[in-house]
Amino acid sequence: MATQAGAPPSVGIVDRWQAARLPLPGWFPWLAGRLLAGFGTVLAVSAIVYLATLALPSDPARVILGPEATDKAVAILREQLGLNRPIAVQYVDWLRHVAVGDFGNSLDSNVPAFGLVIERLGNSIALMIFVLLVTAPAAFLLGVAMAVKRDSRFDRTAMTLLIGFKAVPPFAIAVALILLFSTAVSILDPSLSPFAQPLYLVLPATTLLLLVLPFLTRLIRASLTETLEADYIAAARLRGLPERRIVWRHAVPNALPPVIQGFAMATRMVLGGALIVEVVFSYPGIGSALNAAIETRDIPVVQAIALLTAIAVVFINLVADFATVLLTPRLRTTTRPRLRSGTGARLRLRAGGA
Amino acid sequence: MTSRRRRPNRWRNERQIRAGTVLLAAVLAIALPGPWLAPHDPNALIGAPYGPPGAGAWLGYDYLGRDIWSRLLAGGLSIFWMSIAASILALAAGAAIGMLSAYRKGAVDQGVVWSTDVLFAFPDLILVLLVVSMLGRAPWLIVLLVAIAFLPGVIRLSRGVTLGIVEQEYVDSARMMGFSSAHILLREVLPNMITPLLVQFGVMLTWAIGMLSGLSFLGYGVAPPAADWGLMINENRAGLLVQPWAVLAPVAMIALFALGTNLIAEGIGRINARIEEEA
Repeated sequence: MATQAGAPPSVGIVDRWQAARLPLPGWFPWLAGRLLAGFGTVLAVSAIVYLATLALPSDPARVILGPEATDKAVAILREQLGLNRPIAVQYVDWLRHVAVGDFGNSLDSNVPAFGLVIERLGNSIALMIFVLLVTAPAAFLLGVAMAVKRDSRFDRTAMTLLIGFKAVPPFAIAVALILLFSTAVSILDPSLSPFAQPLYLVLPATTLLLLVLPFLTRLIRASLTETLEADYIAAARLRGLPERRIVWRHAVPNALPPVIQGFAMATRMVLGGALIVEVVFSYPGIGSALNAAIETRDIPVVQAIALLTAIAVVFINLVADFATVLLTPRLRTTTRPRLRSGTGARLRLRAGGA
Repeated sequence: MTSRRRRPNRWRNERQIRAGTVLLAAVLAIALPGPWLAPHDPNALIGAPYGPPGAGAWLGYDYLGRDIWSRLLAGGLSIFWMSIAASILALAAGAAIGMLSAYRKGAVDQGVVWSTDVLFAFPDLILVLLVVSMLGRAPWLIVLLVAIAFLPGVIRLSRGVTLGIVEQEYVDSARMMGFSSAHILLREVLPNMITPLLVQFGVMLTWAIGMLSGLSFLGYGVAPPAADWGLMINENRAGLLVQPWAVLAPVAMIALFALGTNLIAEGIGRINARIEEEA
């Protein structure tokens, strides 16, 4: 590291930018690179989604016309739909439409699949935001408390509970919750919007909360525990600063950047978990929509949901990376931030998460 | 000072592993010999639908009138072998790819990292669900897909560990002594990541149990009428209020199974972290 800092700077894009006195921060090329890589990831994801849905055992033309249609009619529709062209040509054509939000019409209800999915996506995002808004502060406070009082009875009890909730699959928790609150569930009116009936939101939200809370809490605990063992914390203690001030002003701000990555992971977990949880509680989000679309072999809807969730994950990871760089001075000032090999991964390992 | 603070810790870890082993052993004692212990054919319609527990079937009958206890005994084997197979597959492939990628560096490494990003973009179940729903629910396909879903995690882990190890002097010296890359990777690098991989294996096993039973629950896993815990939950969900134990029994089995593997993984992970701290 020391030799790198002392070595003469190589003339790269960054230096040329700075020479031209453009008001661009040092991390800008890194951000541009990440954006480009993110775009590439989305492209690859779209190809996987397209290929996976191509492998459908049923023929879209057959699905549209129904089992009674003659082979000739199906052949004509295949020609009209362009299903006889090479796969690469079909993919590029599909991608061109998808880029402007046109996934084609739902095979089931014959309305644009994109609109259908966006409508459901709103419900799912509302659920996720609700979950994350409750989970984040809860995990933060619990994690800090556990790190400060680590190895105490409180810490051990909380840890045991968290390990328990982390291990149990979300749908098992969901079924148990339904049983617990079965009378409440029967009161719910499925024809009304979930937001008109808060309980409709509470049970799926609780299930998802129990899915991510252990992960986030333990990440915060691990990160803060590690920070509290740093030399500057010992120095602050020796200077006689009150413990409260040491924890909140010295340790917590430094323990947070690795947690941002964990927050992105948590969002991804909620996205994946929502799939099953929405089906269990018949919550009208993209999870139950995907389940229904797969059952009816509604390819455009399946494609739209798979692609949109993947784009959401890529986007969230980008935002988390960017936030980590902005909030970590060491990374902010370098031209080549290295995130992957940083503390985030190690803490995740220590916290026992993905 | 330090040794005094660590002693309760170590005791707790051993207890964690012990509790996990007990749970796992209890679940496996039911799941493994279960298909042969079942008093009735798990698919035979022998009672009234949602029939109450009686002499012949102490857990009652399910929505079709099949013996719940027999189905519970027979329903664990599929999830057991599939979760283990998927985790082993992901572990072997991921460790090999991650090690090679970190060792080679350069364009290959960049390509591998980017590929893990692509795979990682699909939230857990979505990729599996996408392909299984399209290609059918053959058990080997489900195992393969769950393994692929786990792959990015293992690759990142083994790649990260390898990146740290190949900078060590003993790897340099092995290289200078003229050992082959294969020798260096297998004899110098691999032994260093056995414990993290073991922890990852336990964590993956826990996830696999959740994913596989979730898949069965959604109706994309093991095909009915086979006895399978995830499937049993789905089948008997309609009668949840009449006969809660038809759902709760498989839920409890899945939960205890996952909890057991997770406790063991946690215990090993903590012991490993402490060894690293002491080193």
